[in-house]
Amino acid sequence: MTRAILLAAASGIALTGAVYADAHSGKSITVVSWGGAYTKSQVEAYHKPWIEQTGNKIVSEDYNGGLAEIKAQVEAGNVTWDIVDVELSDAVRACDEGLAEELDMSALPDGADGTPAAEDFIAGTLDVPCAVPTIVWSTIFAYDKEKMEDGPTTMADFFDTEKFPGKRGLRKSPKANLEMALIADGVAADEVYDVLGTDEGVDRAFAKLDSIKDDVVWWEAGAQPPQLLADGEVAMTTAYNGRIFNAVAAEDKPFEIVWDGQIWDLDLWIIPKGAPNKEAAMDFLKFSTGTQALADQASWISYGPTRKSSSPLVGSYDGKPDLKMGPQMPTAPDNFKNALQNDFEFWADNQDELNERFNAWLAS
Amino acid sequence: MTDASYQTAPLPGAPSDASGALLAADGTPLKQRLRQAMKVSRRRAFLLVAPLLVFILASFVVPIVALLLYQGAYNDTYEARMPASTALLQQWDGVSEPTEEMAAAMVADLAAARESKEIGKVASRVNQELSGTRSLMTKTARRAAKMEPPYLAALIDRDKDWADIETWGAMKLASTSLTPAFYANAIDMKYMPDGSFEDQEEQRQIYVSLFVRTLLVSGGVMIACIFLGFPVAYLIAHLPARKANLLIILVLLPFWTSLLVRTTAWIAMLQSQGVLNDMLVFLGVTSDDSRFSLIYNMTGTVVAMTHILLPFMILPIYSVMKAIPPSHVRAAKSLGATDWTAFWRVYFPATIPGIGAGGLLVFILAIGYYITPALVGGSDGQLISNAIAYHMQRSLNYSLAAALGGILLLGVLVLYWLYDRIVGIDNMKLG
Amino acid sequence: MSSLPPYASTGQKVWHYTFLVICALIFIFLITPILIIAPLSFNAEPYFSFTDGMLSFDSEAYSLRWYQDIAQNGMANPDQPTSWPLFWEWLWKGLSPFHTAPPSFYTDMWENAQWIRAMRNSFFIGFFATIIAVTLGTLAAIGLSRSEMPARGLIMSVLISPLIVPLVVTAAGMFYFYSNNFNPSSWLLGNEEADRWILAQTYLGVILAHAALGTPFVIITVTATLVGFDKSLVRAGASMGAGPAQTFWKIQMPLILPGVISGGLFAFITSFDEVVAVLFLAGPEHRTIPRQMYSGIREQISPTILAVATILVILSVILLATLELLRRRSERLRGMSPS
Repeated sequence: MTRAILLAAASGIALTGAVYADAHSGKSITVVSWGGAYTKSQVEAYHKPWIEQTGNKIVSEDYNGGLAEIKAQVEAGNVTWDIVDVELSDAVRACDEGLAEELDMSALPDGADGTPAAEDFIAGTLDVPCAVPTIVWSTIFAYDKEKMEDGPTTMADFFDTEKFPGKRGLRKSPKANLEMALIADGVAADEVYDVLGTDEGVDRAFAKLDSIKDDVVWWEAGAQPPQLLADGEVAMTTAYNGRIFNAVAAEDKPFEIVWDGQIWDLDLWIIPKGAPNKEAAMDFLKFSTGTQALADQASWISYGPTRKSSSPLVGSYDGKPDLKMGPQMPTAPDNFKNALQNDFEFWADNQDELNERFNAWLAS
Repeated sequence: MTDASYQTAPLPGAPSDASGALLAADGTPLKQRLRQAMKVSRRRAFLLVAPLLVFILASFVVPIVALLLYQGAYNDTYEARMPASTALLQQWDGVSEPTEEMAAAMVADLAAARESKEIGKVASRVNQELSGTRSLMTKTARRAAKMEPPYLAALIDRDKDWADIETWGAMKLASTSLTPAFYANAIDMKYMPDGSFEDQEEQRQIYVSLFVRTLLVSGGVMIACIFLGFPVAYLIAHLPARKANLLIILVLLPFWTSLLVRTTAWIAMLQSQGVLNDMLVFLGVTSDDSRFSLIYNMTGTVVAMTHILLPFMILPIYSVMKAIPPSHVRAAKSLGATDWTAFWRVYFPATIPGIGAGGLLVFILAIGYYITPALVGGSDGQLISNAIAYHMQRSLNYSLAAALGGILLLGVLVLYWLYDRIVGIDNMKLG
Repeated sequence: MSSLPPYASTGQKVWHYTFLVICALIFIFLITPILIIAPLSFNAEPYFSFTDGMLSFDSEAYSLRWYQDIAQNGMANPDQPTSWPLFWEWLWKGLSPFHTAPPSFYTDMWENAQWIRAMRNSFFIGFFATIIAVTLGTLAAIGLSRSEMPARGLIMSVLISPLIVPLVVTAAGMFYFYSNNFNPSSWLLGNEEADRWILAQTYLGVILAHAALGTPFVIITVTATLVGFDKSLVRAGASMGAGPAQTFWKIQMPLILPGVISGGLFAFITSFDEVVAVLFLAGPEHRTIPRQMYSGIREQISPTILAVATILVILSVILLATLELLRRRSERLRGMSPS
């Protein structure tokens, strides 16, 4: 018995040593992102070339979004993350609350065609002083075209369970759902947030959601919607466009995206206040938001580059030369006709109240 | 039996003083020596416990009390960064028109908070009291340094919401550091600027119904565990030792298996393409198109929680049943009782302590469940713990999380006290 | 109950067999979910359900790919060559403090594969949490079992409370508190210059949290062995001239050892199975196996989780067997026949 305990202790100590040794070998930066196919696209387009160019190491971590961890690290003065991929609303909040470093935007490299960075990024995306945007992603809805020949084409079709019977997949959050409900109810994309700003507008959105409530399957993680469609659990579902594209491109699923009423948003890099390797992180940031890196990323996932100069360089899907990536992007002209940009300010102001109301509505 | 009890009988020939009291070898009265010895051994026993007690107090009790009492009722986010306006807002009655003096203090505070880059924290705090004030504050703060008197007009000029008494009321609420507002919010009430309480708007009332749902689910799981646990415990208690041992191992196997493993297993069992639905389709109970939704809803939560907590019910009932002498039932039968009467009037009442112990334990554990509802609960199977985690990790409203946690903890402590009174924590057994 | 008397009436027989069927169903409810994951983890398809091929025992429908995925998921380059000599070289040099292992498939796996790292974290955190819990818990249980112990009931209920308080409340409290500075020199002396000691998002924070959650189990199991402990043995030892340390190690410890070990196992499994505190207190680099499973279920939904779950079930069977052996040994030592 005693020997068993000694053995256990010895192996424990050996493991300890091994864990400790790893954490302290070589200089490296910690890059935090959302995991899955998205992180893979960043590894291929940003990490690998940067490592090759600089000889530095990258530790890649996955997280689930939100500011809880960054806030804990910064307020504790114990920051271990160097650069983090966040949504726009979180980037704004991190900046307002002093959780992120202010960045020197003039240090960003010019576009490959010589346009200064300030003009190269899509208008209005460089406004947050702490964050540099990398991609445009979008919440769309999709269906399985093998199961539905004359499929839906507009947002109103999504809410029409008589014309298109079957279950609907929706994200379990008021965000995007309320906007889509209003678009389906006939509100023009550019008026959605004005309407949502009034109590009657919110009531109207909830009333529209109420009309399909009994048919909804709620999802929470981005991997779920393609799964729901593949399993036939839902006839159509909202989803992130990249996830649906990957199911089509990598797994040959017969899914079709409906771009009408898409709600687009940005993902951005922020550097947490007091990041341990701020210099190297800034270097990585500049590299990864360059024209070529952003264009390369688009070969791996169908999220649009935020630099205009990247668009002409976007090629085809990795390993499938016939599959041109340009038309798959949320920003492609055909897809962008009736598009709505997520209004981070509206959500920063109203999410507490709307979340409570949404949860109360779900439970009722 | 203590050391002292050995020495109470006077020994013949033992030394004693004039009054006849016994003396120890060094001449001190024996009673005094005994007291000293007792004191030493009491101190020794306490010293053995002290390290753990200090550890638990420091790493467990203090953090929880700090969170629940301090953060749940005290939030100085506003006061610490906006001192000038805080002083004036506290004097303001919350009903009359805001004064120019208040506006001047507000503008000065906003400018300073923007300068120190802390305006976001203040704005988030005020926004918890009134939706929409977040952008109002950040927007105003951007201009505050350039504003000129009269300040009230300048504020209203920047955004007409500043003319609203409600806006100033939200500021007053946020500037009150020691506040019942979060606890009020946790029971779907609203603390008003004039110090009164109102019901929360009906559409936003969520927490009371979550607490009620948590109680109902815990109660349902407890009852399910009693009905499933009792027969199994009875069977094991009445089998010969060898067979009983095998069955106990079968009960303990799930008990020792990771919670995540069992939750995963239930997803594989209950999902619409899962094992159970496949079997039902195969047996013709349902068709392939109309499979049952058994998971990502309340059913999934209750089934998985019952499975996870069932061993906690079986083991206490079993150990009580083991101690019931079989002669009691035999005596009842020999006096003419039927099988049922003997069971119901003689055997069953003797098992009640076990049912009580298991039931309370299951209820206490169920009430704080978080992981299982989060993974299989879907939209209607979420419990109060999930709301607490949401406010800790997503909305970052620690104070509301603390208030919700405080109410939950209070309920659990009452049950814990009951458990101690009825069962005694000394009698808690594992495996 | 095991057998019916020969004079049992038809009604009694019917009831007897109905009862057995009910019990069998409950056991199926208890055990099936745990057994079902093992075959599902060999699914060749990325689904959580049995495919037609699996049901007709087609060997094509089964594969080890998800087990392979445990080792490879997250690796920088899973295509490197593998061989036993490379493995032994990595094992020898990796565990030795004087060498660094050369880059190979195995160093890559050890450093980068997510599940391997989670496993290392789980054992690392569990090991130290158990050491703390067992040391403090055993001492406290010995103190608590002395009749002279003052305020016994109150202290006992405080020490058991980590078992009872909802985990979310515990984890939230610790997260909130551990995010503050712990350095006494800045706390007590107001020394602003002093280094900040922050426990949130460190291994130490998670270890302390898990140690606190594990101690009630140690107290309960050790107290249970102490109930049958005959104190005259200690007195006999003392009367023969042994000091307190000697009587403790030579007499008391061997007798309560089974309780200490099973308490330690409980403490270890508590840490090994704990997610909520890890969710709140740990960063991604401190992820443990259950934490990895948690995000796996929420986000990726791949059968790798079933493969990990199968390995964990095997682990818990081994643990259960160990405990059963300990229990028998304890009862033998205390002079009771195994029941």
